[in-house]
Amino acid sequence: MRVTVTGKLVQMFIAIAVFAAVVAVILFVASRMKGKGRDRNVAFLFLVPTAIFVLVGLVYPALRTIYFSFFDAPGTGFIGVDNYKTIFTNSDLILVLRNTFLWVVVTPFVATAIGLLYAILVDRARFEKIAKTLIFLPMAISFVGASIIWKLVYEFRPDQVNVGQIGLLNRIVVLFGGPPQQWLINEPWNTFFLIAILIWIQAGFAMTILSAAIKAIPEDIIEAARLDGVGAIGMFRFVTVPSIRPALVVVLTTIAIATLKVFDIVRTLTGGNFGTGVVANEFYSQAFRAANLGLGSALAVLLFVLVIPIVVYNIRQLNASEAR
Amino acid sequence: MTTSVAPISTVDAEEPPLKATDRAKRTLSRPGASLAALVIAVLWTLPTFGLAVTSIRPQLAAKTTGWWTFFTDPQVTFENYRTIFSERGGNLGSFFINSIVITVPAVVIPLVLAALAAYAFAWIDFKGRSFLFVVVFALQIVPIQVTLLPLLKLYVQGGIAGSFATIWLSHSIFALPLAIFLLHNFMREIPRELIEAARMDGAGHVQILFRVLLPLLTPALAAFGIFQFLWVWNDLLVALTFSTGTQTNPLTVGIFNLQGTLGSQPHLLAAGAFVSIIVPIAVFLSLQRYFVRGLLAGGLKG
Repeated sequence: MRVTVTGKLVQMFIAIAVFAAVVAVILFVASRMKGKGRDRNVAFLFLVPTAIFVLVGLVYPALRTIYFSFFDAPGTGFIGVDNYKTIFTNSDLILVLRNTFLWVVVTPFVATAIGLLYAILVDRARFEKIAKTLIFLPMAISFVGASIIWKLVYEFRPDQVNVGQIGLLNRIVVLFGGPPQQWLINEPWNTFFLIAILIWIQAGFAMTILSAAIKAIPEDIIEAARLDGVGAIGMFRFVTVPSIRPALVVVLTTIAIATLKVFDIVRTLTGGNFGTGVVANEFYSQAFRAANLGLGSALAVLLFVLVIPIVVYNIRQLNASEAR
Repeated sequence: MTTSVAPISTVDAEEPPLKATDRAKRTLSRPGASLAALVIAVLWTLPTFGLAVTSIRPQLAAKTTGWWTFFTDPQVTFENYRTIFSERGGNLGSFFINSIVITVPAVVIPLVLAALAAYAFAWIDFKGRSFLFVVVFALQIVPIQVTLLPLLKLYVQGGIAGSFATIWLSHSIFALPLAIFLLHNFMREIPRELIEAARMDGAGHVQILFRVLLPLLTPALAAFGIFQFLWVWNDLLVALTFSTGTQTNPLTVGIFNLQGTLGSQPHLLAAGAFVSIIVPIAVFLSLQRYFVRGLLAGGLKG
């Protein structure tokens, strides 16, 4: 046991030493460069490692995945767009698409709404810092950890005499006289109980960005509105929201993109069973469990394609707000 | 992932006077607002608190009663932790070591490479600079799922499949676009006069990078360092794809597997999960300032 631990740590230090040596060589050569082409050569040296990493590790694999999305399961026979047809016609996969749609629509809006509400509520309150940290803390936790935390909340025990509920949610339901529920199994609501976990994680992100944006609203705008006799709701609608609009767009789109790729929560709690599959999880199942290279690749490409409109919307909105 | 910089100031999230929300709050009536904030705060804290309590309750108590029973019947044990760290119960210690071995190089490598690249993009004039920078910027939107299958094949062909190296390399690759983008933005904020003055004194690029920029960039490096630390430590997908067994599995995979085998042992599962979240929470709490700064500078990888 001890040997393997030492062995692993030695491996780690060797890796870092080798890397440090490579960087040292780059820096040494760069510091020796003189003359006319110096700038270009130094830039080249500094960018070469990144270029290798990105070309071999991102660009080539992405192109290869696109290529294989037109092949069959073992990746040997060309089948055109059949994999994509499967995604949009197979009833299981249509359910996966529907769930992904639900995740991407519900998570960003609810997380942002809660984050915004909370940012306003605790703004300049006495315990603002601590209050914010509490909401923000789930951001530090792994999705797997968060899933376990919520699994305990959703825990179900059959409704029998002498059997107490150990999950908080069912305890509350029973307290109010309701029958305990299998939150993670009962379709179609189980998907929403999984979504709640991601909202729990992302609300802190929304709150942090929006809180900073609210604090940056120029005082004179607020004062002017106040002199015009704008009320609380009006202040929120006509001053706060328009002023922080760019931040709102960034928060919504960032969470939407993160949501699109969510995998850990579904994988940990249901494995995509009970009608809870999403594209990112289905990709993993097809690619690494069912060994379906073609369909797995097509699902990965689908994720890629779905990200693009969100990014384009983001950039457009930001350009528009800068032009104003 | 980042799509672009939020056009909001990176001013610390501290108190400028008089806010639009004052009015809203006043009309909402102070008690009402406080109550709403309190409800959210409790909702956000209680689940984690329940996990912590469950992790120190004895097996029978944890399996038959909810964690809130702890307050009427406080039984404390550390047996759960002893069990999950034992060879038989979960061998979490080994996964813990693996997480450390994975995380340190996976944070250091992209940080250093990105600093070099960001410097080239920010302060060296060369042909094709803007084009290449746009390419790096655009690569941020590539979901890692798109790369996994071919990467795995490359690792197999290279004979390094299943080793720590595959996980280090993968995390480094996926981190680079965002890291370069963030560090570039920070580097551009440094006044040109400083760089020019150093050049006048005959400093080369390497000297400028180390003597002028890096000391000023410590907060930026810390911000990205924390991002990447949390990202790697908390990652499941990359580890599940490239790590092939207990020799390299990090804590997340360990907990993920425990959920399969110990699903009906809430006390052990809670202890395991608590071990896995305590390190990032500690890091986060002690370096929160840098983390928030990094977030506001426009970075969130997903």
